[in-house]
Amino acid sequence: MSAQEQTRPQTIHTTYREAMREAIRDALIRDPRVFLMGEDVGRYGGCFAVSKGLLEEFGPERIRDTPLSESAFVGAGIGAAMGGMRPIVEIMTVNFSLLALDQIVNNAATILHMSGGQFNIPLVIRMTTGAGRQLAAQHSHSLEGWYAHIPGIKVLAPATLEDARGMLWTALEDPDPVLIFEHGSLYNMEGELAADAGAVDIEHAAIRRPGSDLSLITYGGTLGKAMQAALELAAAGIDAEVLDLRTLRPLDNDAIVDSVTRTHRAVIIDEGWRSGSISAEISARIMEGTFYELDAPVQRVCSAEAPMPYPKHLEEAALPQVSVIVETARALVGKRD
Amino acid sequence: MTAITSITAAQAQPQREHALDLFRQMVLIRRFEEKCAELYRAGKIHGFVHLYIGEEAIAAGAMQALAPDDAVVATYREHGHALVRGVPAPAVMAELYGKQEGCSRGRGGSMHLFDAATRFYGGNAIVGGGLPLAVGLALADRLARRPRVTACFFGEGAVAEGEFHECLNLSALWKLPVLFFCENNLYAMGTALGRSESETDLCLKASSYEIPAWPVDGMDVEACEDAARRAAAEVRGGGGPVFLEFRTYRFRAHSMFDPQLYRTKQEIDEWKKRDPILIYDGRLRESGLLDDDRLKRIEDGVAAEVQKAVDFAEAGTWEPVEDLTRFVYSERTRT
Ligand SMILES: Cc1ncc(C[n+]2csc(CCOP(=O)(O)OP(=O)(O)O)c2C)c(N)n1
Repeated sequence: MSAQEQTRPQTIHTTYREAMREAIRDALIRDPRVFLMGEDVGRYGGCFAVSKGLLEEFGPERIRDTPLSESAFVGAGIGAAMGGMRPIVEIMTVNFSLLALDQIVNNAATILHMSGGQFNIPLVIRMTTGAGRQLAAQHSHSLEGWYAHIPGIKVLAPATLEDARGMLWTALEDPDPVLIFEHGSLYNMEGELAADAGAVDIEHAAIRRPGSDLSLITYGGTLGKAMQAALELAAAGIDAEVLDLRTLRPLDNDAIVDSVTRTHRAVIIDEGWRSGSISAEISARIMEGTFYELDAPVQRVCSAEAPMPYPKHLEEAALPQVSVIVETARALVGKRD
Repeated sequence: MTAITSITAAQAQPQREHALDLFRQMVLIRRFEEKCAELYRAGKIHGFVHLYIGEEAIAAGAMQALAPDDAVVATYREHGHALVRGVPAPAVMAELYGKQEGCSRGRGGSMHLFDAATRFYGGNAIVGGGLPLAVGLALADRLARRPRVTACFFGEGAVAEGEFHECLNLSALWKLPVLFFCENNLYAMGTALGRSESETDLCLKASSYEIPAWPVDGMDVEACEDAARRAAAEVRGGGGPVFLEFRTYRFRAHSMFDPQLYRTKQEIDEWKKRDPILIYDGRLRESGLLDDDRLKRIEDGVAAEVQKAVDFAEAGTWEPVEDLTRFVYSERTRT
């Protein structure tokens, strides 16, 4: 222990955006096969400024601005991965990834299996997701749950500085296509990060707050809201556990089942729509895995089933909010006696 | 060319009025959007707001070629198109505020102006997303044997998308009445045309689909109007779509925040010398149609119109939260 104490890592003050940029830098330095491509990643500095400065550092060969051609450059990423490179493809937002859906679903997700195991696709696709900035119906949706429906791809949702810094390298080392969803509201999140922070596992969910009365199960942009709700619940004498899924496909089934088996109650919080969603999948896993341990029906706090409206009051009403999580949790625990 | 200088006396009055109206339209867009920038900073308008400042001549000129029952499809940079098309300025401003008196009930904001009365089909925030809609609107007109046209505005960035190529091909193949109005402002966010296109002559691309295409000085409102009128006449004649490349420049940031690392201040200043309002101001003065007095009256009129729009938006109301899921599906069960 004392040796470890001596080398206890310093922490740095950073943001989610910078942590992500450091992860990309690190990957570019470590592996010459890695390159970044996407719209405005170079000269513009990235539409969310994640890749700012990388063009100057690594040059246009490895920081490649693409035309507005999502299907072509995502597909080219798949091809380049098959050709031995380790591309990081950035799609500005999940909304525009729909123009590349064919390449992701029909090529990236299928080729390994369809070719009888001959061609794997070591590709990473990063994109922003989520609402909260009044960008209306074509720039606000959370469609990562859709992607989690597709066998053959892995779906990550880093919600902390550690994961923003650490998931990319692990994803790049993965032999198969990995999609990373960065919630737009997280980029400015600040905090302390170990100076030597590096790769993290992408297989396990993480308990961000242990608790015994109920499980708040969430990921990505709603982790902060779940943590806040847990704080408010604690003040009301309810001890909530917060489980950050981290990876939406494959889901960490054991972690979900373990948590709910201990707490006997679950609220799932997801910015996606409720019908046919990842929250529905999680709920089903709970029924399948620990039905007899449940003291109450599983509850969900999701987005209203409507395209995202522009005005703030309607956007807030459409999104999962701390107050609704708290109310839902209180009602759920209240059912105990 | 609208030769203001060589008109007969009988034509003089309407032409004079028309020239001044073109000028006034451009000034309205400019002042309206300067106000938008101010209101954005004041926290009245939110989200993404893409200003058209510098490009006003295109909407002001090209829209003249359309009849009231023609259709318009535009992008997220569409305040100017909506205003010239006749969407009332108060309804546009209320939309930017997110008030339910806005032209889209406040639900769309800056990027999603819609207006059935003027057949204004949006405000599309997916690059290239409007082109297929325009093709379909034109197809409906063709099938219903209506002599209408659909004008589709889009930036040169959209030319890289598959939709552009699919839509040009399809509309040419089926000889559909679409006016493809490409606003080439040289940059798609931070990506210069030369960095995104192997062939930067956009008209050549359209020509390869057998679509008549020609470039237009997008800083010259009369040139824009004349080209659009010629194109519309061809399209109405049943020959299929026409493609116009309006060469222009955006004076402001892509959206409200943009450090503009991708272009130099000198370049922006160089283009500002070709400010469409400045150019037309000069031309109108030369031909005796404009003087300081007249300019002041125009500016005062526009200022009053913008103020009226702001007052209307300020007085507007918020859509009740209970209405959040209204219009996810139609309220009538049959059409
Ligand atoms: C399919 C898609 N990809 C990316 C974006 C993000 N984006 C919004 S505007 C824009 C630039 C478009 O440039 P251009 O078509 O030239 O129009 P301009 O903004 O210059 O008017 C980009 C990349 C988007 N809205 N849709």
